[in-house]
Amino acid sequence: MHNYITVRTKSDKVSFQLSKKVAMMIILLCILLCGMMMLALSVGSDFISPVTVVKELFGYGTGEYLFTIQTLRLPRVLLAALVGMALAVSGLILQGIIRNPLAAPDIIGVTSGASVGALLFLAYATVSIHFLPLAAIIGAGVVSTIIYLLSWKKGVTPIRMVLIGIGISAFAKGIVTMLIVMGEEVRTSRAYIWLTGSLYGANMQDVYLLLPWVVFLSLFTFIIARVINVKELGDDIALGVGVKVQIFRLLFLLISVMLAGTAVAFVGGIAFVGLVAPHISRMMVGRSFAALIPISSMVGAIIVIFADIIGRTAFLPKDLPAGVFTAAIGAPFFIYLLFRTRNQ
Amino acid sequence: MQNLLTSTSMKRSVLIICCVLLIVAFILSVALGQTSIPFQLVYDAFFNYDASNSEHVIIRTSRFTRAVVATVVGASLAIAGALMRALTRNPLAAPDILGVNAGALFFIVCAITFFSMDSLIHYMWVAFLGAGIAGVLVFFLGSLGRDGLTPIKIVLAGAAISALFISFTQGLLVIDEQGIQSVLFWLAGSVSGRNLDMLLPVLPFIVLGGSFAFFMGRSINILQSGDDIAKGLGQRTILTKVVMGIIVILLAGGSVAVAGSIGFIGLIVPHMAMGLVGTDYRWIIPFSAVIGSTLLLLADIAARFVIMPLEMPIGVMTAFIGAPFFIYIARRGLARNA
Repeated sequence: MHNYITVRTKSDKVSFQLSKKVAMMIILLCILLCGMMMLALSVGSDFISPVTVVKELFGYGTGEYLFTIQTLRLPRVLLAALVGMALAVSGLILQGIIRNPLAAPDIIGVTSGASVGALLFLAYATVSIHFLPLAAIIGAGVVSTIIYLLSWKKGVTPIRMVLIGIGISAFAKGIVTMLIVMGEEVRTSRAYIWLTGSLYGANMQDVYLLLPWVVFLSLFTFIIARVINVKELGDDIALGVGVKVQIFRLLFLLISVMLAGTAVAFVGGIAFVGLVAPHISRMMVGRSFAALIPISSMVGAIIVIFADIIGRTAFLPKDLPAGVFTAAIGAPFFIYLLFRTRNQ
Repeated sequence: MQNLLTSTSMKRSVLIICCVLLIVAFILSVALGQTSIPFQLVYDAFFNYDASNSEHVIIRTSRFTRAVVATVVGASLAIAGALMRALTRNPLAAPDILGVNAGALFFIVCAITFFSMDSLIHYMWVAFLGAGIAGVLVFFLGSLGRDGLTPIKIVLAGAAISALFISFTQGLLVIDEQGIQSVLFWLAGSVSGRNLDMLLPVLPFIVLGGSFAFFMGRSINILQSGDDIAKGLGQRTILTKVVMGIIVILLAGGSVAVAGSIGFIGLIVPHMAMGLVGTDYRWIIPFSAVIGSTLLLLADIAARFVIMPLEMPIGVMTAFIGAPFFIYIARRGLARNA
């Protein structure tokens, strides 16, 4: 087994094998991600050369572009990366526990629930904005519970869950539209964010708020990753090798909902990232869950940053929601998945 | 499927009752609203019109048109839903769920943005085109694979295509700076703010499609017994299906051109009709038309009162009624086809 590096703690609580291929992929993706971030910082309504960007970032610049880079572009890029990570890991977990390649937070309606929670918070809550993620998480949690309960009929089948999710998201989108109609003008002018998902107007505060959630939840998922590997074999086998199936399913669902919820709280429902990123990652490194977490979070980040770059630049001076472009990539991909799984 | 009405005479009389209900809903829709208008005035507005009376003006210019639009759109969406259901043998088939509405919508917004079209006749043709493309696409994607057109595949394909078209639409509307109001108008659908001149060019197509549907009941019944049997009985199945598809496009595309994307009418109403009259499409189609109009009129009346003094987009109302219904059908299982 020369191709593997084994990492294991003494008590065996955490253990995974890192294959050389995965390590290579991680490095490759890191480079790609950094490149994408540099690109995102450079392009825009006026082009700033990457060299200048680096100089400005580390304080050696002339200060000419400091405002553009630090206040306008950097928060946006970082937020895009975090949101991409959160949605990708959320989708990865969902696909693992539902064991269905078509599962994703937006398709089964989790993100629409988060939108409702966040909008209700913005419309009626008087407490600090810091609780916004919490509101979105609660919204997402309530909606996923409803979906799960409604899908329950002597057990939950993935396809029923997806269908019920489509119904529930139609309902939730109705509530979102209603809240927007009822809201004040100021809020409605940004309403399309909640409909499509946009990174417009991101600031550093958003980044600081989102960062701990994403980092903590991703790490936690990584630690309990081997359980999900076993779970993918099916409930019976998982039970046989000693996994507490129901508890872990709930736990994973909770993590997934929290990740999707926090992401939506800041940028709205950016579609299809949670679906596409895990699939691309599986094509790259296979099915090991521990390896898939870092890989798909980076893929997710790259997708969202890329979509946002296109959204910002393709129709200058207009700023298009990134969600439009993730859907443009994601919907055909979804169809491709339907096509590939057609004989199953 | 169990149905309530068994004999023809019962069906006939219930259809008449439904028509009466439709007329009542229509009158209520004209009379009720922000300013409720006594029925006497409603009567006067039509038969003793007085241009200086503000209530008469409200009725003639806004309420009446609105009620007519709701009636036409409700009926055409319901018939389109019934036909799609027959065409795909899928209880969840409806123009909005299978992405036909979203396709029509996207093409309209495209036409506004890139070709600065502004007449409803153009919108209409563009909507037909969009509805057709989306419909064919979903139908094709849904029938890929060994086991052909399964209900689940076509619903998933429809959801994906809808998502695609809707986000493109939103993107275009942001580029175009039409303002959030028009975004909401098209996305949530609305029957208000349209005048009769806008309905008139679309009306012939809707009437044409509707009346074709009425006369196709028998062919659809035969088609329901399966392609092979239908062929054996001498039906040109392909032709029948193509005609049905064209009718769906005319009805759904026309409705979107007039009122934006109004969901779930095409899903619920055929179910109600089937609950009443069973699987005979000669009855399902007229019943769907009448119930569809009534339901949309009632939803529109409710939309005026739910969040007074504001008005709820009617698409939101129908989603609130329709989504639980969709879930109910999904729970009951798609395997038990009608």
